[in-house]
Amino acid sequence: MDLLNALVTFANFVFIPAVAYGAQLAIGALGVTLIYGILRFSNFAHGDTMAFGTMITILFTWWFQSMGISFGPLPTALLALPIGIVLTALFVLGTDRVVYRFYRKQRVATSILVIVSLGVTFIMNGITRFIIGTEEQNFADGERFVISAADFKATTGLAEGLAIKSTQAITLATAVIVVAALFWFLNRTRTGKSMRAFSDNEDLALLSGINPERVVAVTWIITAALATIAGVLYGLDKSFKPFTYFQLLLPIFAAAVVGGLGSPVGAIAGGFVIAFSEVMVTYAWKKVLGYLLPDSLAPEALVQLLTTDYKFAVSFTILIAVLLFKPTGLFRGKSV
Amino acid sequence: MTSRNLALFAAVAVLFLITGFFQSWNLALSILNMAIVSAIMAMGVNIQWGYAGLFNVGIMGFAALGGLAVVLTSSQPVEGAWRAGGPGIVLGLLLGVATIGLAVALYRRMQQGLPRTATIIAVLLGGFFLYRWVFDPAAVAVEANNPEAFGNIGGFGLPALVAWPMGGLLAAAAAWAIGKTALGLRSDYLAIATLGIAEIVIAVMKNEDWLARGVKNITQLPRPWPVPLEVDLQQSQPFLDWAGRWGFDPVLTSSIIVKLAYAGLFLTVLLIVVWLSERALRSPWGRTMRAIRDNEVSAEAMGKYVTGRHLQVFILGSAVVGIAGAMMTTLDGQLTPGSYSPLRYTFLIWMMVIVGGSGNNWGAVLGGFLIWWLWIMVEPMGLWLMGTITAGMADGSWLKTHLQDGAAHMRPVTKGVILLLVLRFSPRGLIPEK
Repeated sequence: MDLLNALVTFANFVFIPAVAYGAQLAIGALGVTLIYGILRFSNFAHGDTMAFGTMITILFTWWFQSMGISFGPLPTALLALPIGIVLTALFVLGTDRVVYRFYRKQRVATSILVIVSLGVTFIMNGITRFIIGTEEQNFADGERFVISAADFKATTGLAEGLAIKSTQAITLATAVIVVAALFWFLNRTRTGKSMRAFSDNEDLALLSGINPERVVAVTWIITAALATIAGVLYGLDKSFKPFTYFQLLLPIFAAAVVGGLGSPVGAIAGGFVIAFSEVMVTYAWKKVLGYLLPDSLAPEALVQLLTTDYKFAVSFTILIAVLLFKPTGLFRGKSV
Repeated sequence: MTSRNLALFAAVAVLFLITGFFQSWNLALSILNMAIVSAIMAMGVNIQWGYAGLFNVGIMGFAALGGLAVVLTSSQPVEGAWRAGGPGIVLGLLLGVATIGLAVALYRRMQQGLPRTATIIAVLLGGFFLYRWVFDPAAVAVEANNPEAFGNIGGFGLPALVAWPMGGLLAAAAAWAIGKTALGLRSDYLAIATLGIAEIVIAVMKNEDWLARGVKNITQLPRPWPVPLEVDLQQSQPFLDWAGRWGFDPVLTSSIIVKLAYAGLFLTVLLIVVWLSERALRSPWGRTMRAIRDNEVSAEAMGKYVTGRHLQVFILGSAVVGIAGAMMTTLDGQLTPGSYSPLRYTFLIWMMVIVGGSGNNWGAVLGGFLIWWLWIMVEPMGLWLMGTITAGMADGSWLKTHLQDGAAHMRPVTKGVILLLVLRFSPRGLIPEK
């Protein structure tokens, strides 16, 4: 029985990765939930918006690196991030102008809007693949670790190391800033309040003189920013590959639905619920249990509930369970 | 069929003829065969979306299940595989199903509250560990059986034609399970759920090596009944004599004959599916479906059983997709789980239905032929376009190589542009619903 080592192992392999992943999912889910609240459809292009924004950020990161600009210990990508956000926002506003606005005026059924967003997905996907290719790209630079496993072992004298990657710390810090800024915006500014009013009751909001086109435009800009930030953080933490970003749709949607579509608080909670379930179900608990249990009971197998290949099954199961038993999500989003 | 529709079909036929005359008949026929398969898949989507408005974006999963059924039905039995772990696998799977069944029964029987939640969680967890305890060693044993060549459970060695309806049945069974849980959901939730199901089906097929060797693939699946092997044809004296009399190249001719045989077989299936779908669409059942699609509330008020009809149509459409998926695997002669991608197997089929005209069976068929031809032809067109654009650039320049490599990615962009243009300017498709 070695509680301390068990805790450190747990923190190193489960808690810290899940917190970082959860923050990335939460920022992604915030974008999905905002679009759902204001424009009232599930945006299938969100994953590819993330990929698009990340791609632009990567291109500018490379450019900065070639000019010798760096951000000290932090990744250069953070310097390129604002440019990525602006260009993605412009692109997304363009798609709204050319594509979505027409259907909004016609007030078409939700499913038509979803199919339209699929069309946008293909175009963004093609552009991304055309510009940067389908291969995996690593663009993280700067310090790799805040605390490295070896340092931790040397300082504490424990058998297990605890590593905190700088990308994980950056993810968490950025997430806190982004969420704080977003909530300040939604709750304190005039535009944010008009967005919430529009989301709660469109007709009433229109009657009180809110300009719908402005609300929609602001929503797209915020969504583009959130998608780019989520994409860059995910890419820094793991790596960038366009198809992976399309597949992230499932956990992100699951996070948004678990929290309750249309509810920003819910999206954040949902992100962490999904991330923790995914990591905990696919983690091999052998080592942790080995420390916790007496030697005679220590497991020989990996004690892994599902292999990581089935991580989609985790988000999916949670999604279905929530939809069946609590369709409005944990935080009372829009009803089904 | 109006003359306008006939003209549209004729125009698509001309596309295939042009390919035949200017490129090769071999190419034209192989595009045609996959086009027929795609048209059948599009019929499946049309049954779900066009008749009933069900938003299923898990087509890839059902097509892959059809392919899996081909392996399990028509590949040869593997020596020793069943003895190694067959009963354990079956028992494990049954235990898994029983656990879920017990949990559902408990959910229905017990009073809502903490005891129920606790019991169900206990049953599910206990069942899961029991299932893994029975299933895992059996699966490992099967995978250890001659892993170089097999390592899978093997098939029944039945004829390929039997495997196609089996593909439909397997897809239908999966659709029943999914429909039971997810069909009550609103349209975009159903879309997300089916998208996830399809990814899970592919993940299972990639990772469960005992089932169909996973990414190591199963090859040399048998041909369906009238289709000969090219090698056999080339060695048969009557065929060589016949080819010689007409002055045909025996190798090329044999491959064309094989493709023609497939085309005939596939066309028969397509016509049967179209005929049945047309009958269904015109029957009271079809009218009920459309009534539900157009106004669920009023249909329910008229006493129509909306959930039941939805489940029916979901199963039927998925079964059609499963049959088409099985046909495709037989045509390829191999099952390659790694090659299934949603862009190709789900969204391309959706495009066929939307471009062709959702709600109209002939529209789905036309869309299947047209979009498949375009899908194959867009890449050479993109290469040609990029070749023209980059013609003036210096050889080996960075931009030139990049643009030429990028031609492969013309497909998604073209697909997106066509989809958006059709939705905007011709939302009812080429052959609109009557």
